[in-house]
Amino acid sequence: MSARGYHMNKHRVPMRMIDKHLRDNCFEEVNLGYSDEEALLEANRCLDCKHQPCVSGCPVGIDIPGFIKEITLGNVDEAYKIIGFSSSLPAVCGRVCPQETQCEAVCVYAKKGEAVAIGHLERYVADHYYQEEHVVEKKETSHIKIAIVGSGPAGLSCAHDLINEGFEVDIYEALHTSGGVLSYGIPSFRLPKDVVQREIDELTKKGVRIIHNVIIGKTLTFDDLKDMGYQAIFIGTGAGLPKFMGIPGEMLPGVYSANEYLTRLNLMHAYKEKSSTPIHIGNRIAVVGGGNVALDAARCAKRLGADIVYLIYRRGKEEIPARLEEVIHAEEEGIVFKLLTNVKEIIPDDSGNIKSIRCVEMVLGDMDESGRRKPIENPKKQIIIPVDEVIMAIGTTPNPMILQTVQGLDQTAKGCLIVDEETNETSLPMVFAGGDAVTGSATVILAMEAGRKAAKAISAKCHS
Amino acid sequence: MYLIKEKYILTPTVTKMIISAPLITKHADVGQFVMIRAEEDGERIPLTIAENNPKDGTITIIFQVVGRSTYILNQLNENDRIPDVAGPMGKPSELEGLSRVLLVGGGVGCAILYPIAEKLHRLGTEIYTIIGFRNESLIFLEDQFVKISNRYQIMTDDGSYGRKGFVTDVLKCALDEQIAYDKVIAIGPVPMMKAVSDLTRKYHIPTVVSMNPIMVDGTGMCGGCRLSVGGQMKFACVDGPEFDGHLVDFDMVMKRNQLYQSQEKDAYLDVCKGVSHEQT
Repeated sequence: MSARGYHMNKHRVPMRMIDKHLRDNCFEEVNLGYSDEEALLEANRCLDCKHQPCVSGCPVGIDIPGFIKEITLGNVDEAYKIIGFSSSLPAVCGRVCPQETQCEAVCVYAKKGEAVAIGHLERYVADHYYQEEHVVEKKETSHIKIAIVGSGPAGLSCAHDLINEGFEVDIYEALHTSGGVLSYGIPSFRLPKDVVQREIDELTKKGVRIIHNVIIGKTLTFDDLKDMGYQAIFIGTGAGLPKFMGIPGEMLPGVYSANEYLTRLNLMHAYKEKSSTPIHIGNRIAVVGGGNVALDAARCAKRLGADIVYLIYRRGKEEIPARLEEVIHAEEEGIVFKLLTNVKEIIPDDSGNIKSIRCVEMVLGDMDESGRRKPIENPKKQIIIPVDEVIMAIGTTPNPMILQTVQGLDQTAKGCLIVDEETNETSLPMVFAGGDAVTGSATVILAMEAGRKAAKAISAKCHS
Repeated sequence: MYLIKEKYILTPTVTKMIISAPLITKHADVGQFVMIRAEEDGERIPLTIAENNPKDGTITIIFQVVGRSTYILNQLNENDRIPDVAGPMGKPSELEGLSRVLLVGGGVGCAILYPIAEKLHRLGTEIYTIIGFRNESLIFLEDQFVKISNRYQIMTDDGSYGRKGFVTDVLKCALDEQIAYDKVIAIGPVPMMKAVSDLTRKYHIPTVVSMNPIMVDGTGMCGGCRLSVGGQMKFACVDGPEFDGHLVDFDMVMKRNQLYQSQEKDAYLDVCKGVSHEQT
């Protein structure tokens, strides 16, 4: 079929993927990416609208029609450069952004058919670019030093913009691996770790330094950083302690937070045979929550060999906050969705191992402050589900380490840092923050947007 | 990478290492710990900082070989490098303003107790130290404890050295003497800390224990080290590692610590076998 044939097509070029029957025990990436031909066909669907709704739908404002046009002209490296003005993580974002609620939601095609597959194309551009070695010029720096705390999406995106502006950028990372949630949180079947590493390598080649095993607030204090000559600090410390429900049985062995479960698997590679970090292998697993993290945990659990994995979510399918593609993949993989259901108790057997969970049916009431219908318990309908492992994926609170050790940082009652909306500056002058440390659990791209905003403000303040 | 500057074999299973980690020494304090990865792709394990020497830029760790990761760590020698050492984690011990303290240590827990004893001694606190080991061959740091303790008693389970019996036997005698102690600090195996806390509760003496639950990141992220303290969920890595012994749910800690027991045992056997293969 010619490119022109697809041009008027309401349907996007489908993403090839690993067959659902082959995904058991397989941590390989499910989506296989577009071939050159597929990318060309899909890129040709773009109408290059004048009013560019997709660009305003993108939190970091990527020139979407611009990069897609370069694909149609066969200039994929040029497309990469265009994305690079706005984003340092195209291979990541092409894979994990919730495009269906952002750029693709406002694509004119979305009204009558399927939006242009912007995410797939972004991924194609990045993967294509990384296939070959490129000489990355080390940036000349002005010797104005900026310290970034945390090497997750917020910090990386801030570093990207600052190094391009000529600053000297040092990222301090508490863990032994860079990437934050991209490394410890998102599983490799959704985001392969070499993809993350490649994008980070681009930054370090430009001259960004990443110093591992340094916990700011513990190893080095803010005063130390000032003494070391840093003119500004960006806090991108991300998610901290997991939330629990406060129900009986949560202390039992075999009850994981999704953070711990995913960290064991992704950061510590517990899915590999003979891994030195162990993981408990359950047969019947309940994952509580409906976000991307819950879906990730559920799909990991299935891959580790569980007979049955329940996703227990207190609202309905419409309200699931996870990316649509993850929901579809999870269903294909046999995750059992227990919607409008909430857990009330985790019940142990006589020897203290998990035996079952007691759940209650929920009904949806009026809209709550989040604009979603509020789930209300129907205590008359209770069910017992036999399980031997429970994973709590109901969100996190911001990392407490910084707040414990730095005086004068204003925070909300929930421990989120309070920042200026325009500049992302905290209550401490020349200290900026962004990402989950400010917003609580959110997305990679929103963290990147915050990192960019802070970088812009830092640049303006340092040069004024 | 972190250079091992000195290594001492304290007992057949307990090793002391002095590691170059200048950044960590800057703010490390008594009671804090580091997270160590002894090999690439290795597990992250928490180990208490036994000594902090900012002048030399070194920290000291004392550890017992109990499984794969500590075995691998113990295979490293002077001038070898440890891939990752991060810290100082956790809250420092609160030791100011105490006039008389009872210190109770069990086994490798004595390595964590010693820096506390040493700091108390420096602060002018009167110390009664009671430490216990299973048998004579496992004893370490005895001379150091003797030097700084105002009173001192060592116990072995089998009577091969010191007095025969458990630390709680002597502790009970000490508490019955009607001498006022501001605090009891107990560090050792969980059952020992539980027994000490149960005993001191009857005497209404504030008791501090140092918890060492299973951790993954150790930076306040995974929630794996959670424990129940006075009915509230606490995290050893950021809220601890020291807690009020009268409030800790020790039974649940023991239960949680057993989750990976069989996997840990297999991994340990594997690594032991692996090394003997290499040697033959």
